[in-house]
Amino acid sequence: MSAAPVSTLPSTSASGEPAELAHKCLYYMTLMREVEDRIERKLYRQGKIVGGVYVGRGQEAIPVGTALLAEPDDVLLPSHRDMAVMFIRGMPLGRVFAQYMGRADGPTRGREGNMHMGDLKLNLVSIISALAATVPVAAGVALAMRYLGKPGVAFSYFGDGATSRGDWHEGVNFATVQKLPVLFICNNNQYAYSTPLSAQMACANVADRGPAYSMPAEIVDGNDVLAVHAATRRALEQVRAGGGPYLLECKTFRMTGHSAHDAAHYVPKELFEEWERMDPIARLRSKMLANGWADEAGLERVRAGILREIDEAVEWADRSPYPDPATLLDDVYEQS
Amino acid sequence: MPTTYLEAIREGLWEEMERDPNVFLLGEDIGVYGGAFKVTAGFIEHFGERRVVDTPISEGAIVGAAIGASFLGLRPVAEMQFADFISCGFDQIVNFAAKCRYRWGAAVPMVIRAPSGGGIHGGPFHSQNPEMWFVRVPGLKVVAPATAYDAKGLIKSAVRDNDPVLFFEHKGLYRRIREELPGEEYTVPIGKAKVVREGRDLTIVAYGAMVWTALEAAEKLAEEGVQAEVVDLRTLLPLDRETVIESVRKTSKVLLVHEDTRTGGMAGELAASITESVFEYLDGPVVRVTAPDTPVPYSPPLEEAFLPNVEKVLEKARWLRRY
Repeated sequence: MSAAPVSTLPSTSASGEPAELAHKCLYYMTLMREVEDRIERKLYRQGKIVGGVYVGRGQEAIPVGTALLAEPDDVLLPSHRDMAVMFIRGMPLGRVFAQYMGRADGPTRGREGNMHMGDLKLNLVSIISALAATVPVAAGVALAMRYLGKPGVAFSYFGDGATSRGDWHEGVNFATVQKLPVLFICNNNQYAYSTPLSAQMACANVADRGPAYSMPAEIVDGNDVLAVHAATRRALEQVRAGGGPYLLECKTFRMTGHSAHDAAHYVPKELFEEWERMDPIARLRSKMLANGWADEAGLERVRAGILREIDEAVEWADRSPYPDPATLLDDVYEQS
Repeated sequence: MPTTYLEAIREGLWEEMERDPNVFLLGEDIGVYGGAFKVTAGFIEHFGERRVVDTPISEGAIVGAAIGASFLGLRPVAEMQFADFISCGFDQIVNFAAKCRYRWGAAVPMVIRAPSGGGIHGGPFHSQNPEMWFVRVPGLKVVAPATAYDAKGLIKSAVRDNDPVLFFEHKGLYRRIREELPGEEYTVPIGKAKVVREGRDLTIVAYGAMVWTALEAAEKLAEEGVQAEVVDLRTLLPLDRETVIESVRKTSKVLLVHEDTRTGGMAGELAASITESVFEYLDGPVVRVTAPDTPVPYSPPLEEAFLPNVEKVLEKARWLRRY
């Protein structure tokens, strides 16, 4: 039954903590890659997914390296290329496929598609299409944590393009004025739909925006999951200690178009080639093999397990019914 | 001692904050300064900075933060300094707050207070009635009290409601309206209109400050032998069509009055509902008295020409009576 949380995370050989962490990272990055491949390259093309599809191919290190450090009380507000956050928080694979396929068992019961999902029981907040709208919301989550004396941190995810919007600046300003426990995580993939970074902002880095808010900001290689993880740990130490918000800019590249219908002809081919060589999954695999943390056969077994898990989840989702049109009017308001 | 409309809102907020430690306020200049209209004067001294949060001039952040805080079980009451500025938080309200429950089952128990309305020479950005921008957004509730009694009872219900509520308080009524309020605690249900004057000859439907205009017109009409029934909508969304329709069934003539501009106003929606439901009961056209489709002007003669008033209501009522 694939409605259960993902469970085939391998128990790793006892090569110490870095190896164990690497295995965990590789598992979730591969899971995200394979789930999104199934969504974009199979289910979407088969017509089983009828709405927009936006994937985070090549950016998996960012949701994985950050969310693995989330504590139970933390609240995560992932953006649309951060699917691994869902899995790490325990969102079952089958429900995610049901969401994309518009079925009743998706977390939005067919009211929404793609990454527009959340579950407050898992401390996951759903994005809306207007990017950066979750940034002030994250500040409010953090305000409530402090109000209630809860120890959590709000993880606020967004892309480079979102930092052009007023919501981003209003949210960051409010969070920094109030010194709230927010970790701002930018996946800078260098394109906002077809618009390159140079036409999006005059500064060279999103992190350059940090000092304007007296906010510590750090740039990290967003295609190196262990580097993202280490930087997140450093950032969280400060945030959890009451240092206020922290901005982590993860440099990466969007290895697809904006969405499944966008062939991204506007991106120079050389850029794709250059970043393909820095693929975060391939890099971690090589490192694990070179350090003797894993062998080829073991890694293949894990990948095969993930593919089986996906097959089962897709089957489960495909058996899930479409929502009954009689539910159309439900839940606009609290049912009395 | 009679209580003003403003004091009624203030008392309602105060009582809810005393009752529930998860209720807190946020907005511009609401703490140390006590709010532009002094609705929250004295709150920060009593409840402290934790529960009365002075924010930057940042409506997007105010509404967004209120949404986020509500996810953790708090009950934020956000103040827009003037309802006119609510447009700066529009996306957070209509795309975020309004759709959370429907999309992914997340409740947003948040209140946004918005001082609205003209007649105070506030000009185009301190006088608007932006309620209909939100009445078209499923998932929101929109409240617009006319009396001190309802203002207090409705703000208390709004705070306790588990859906986002926009509370339009008419600033022209703040200190104009005084009533004796019950000593014991009470609430007023959201979503219920009220017949505030009974009559058999024609119905006047209004909300907010226009309820008082309608009542004054009804007094004059009574002197002319015409008994007007006045319905105060009190809540605009969800809309209590039943009470309006019931009244029209009785009087067969209806005048719809609002201070908001004409096109796409509440009167249009009510007119459609009335003709759909009780067309055969009507003895005359459904008539509107509203502001014209212009921005709210500043200069007194212009603003007076803009706003509906007793004379304008009387003129239409007499015409309808004769029809």
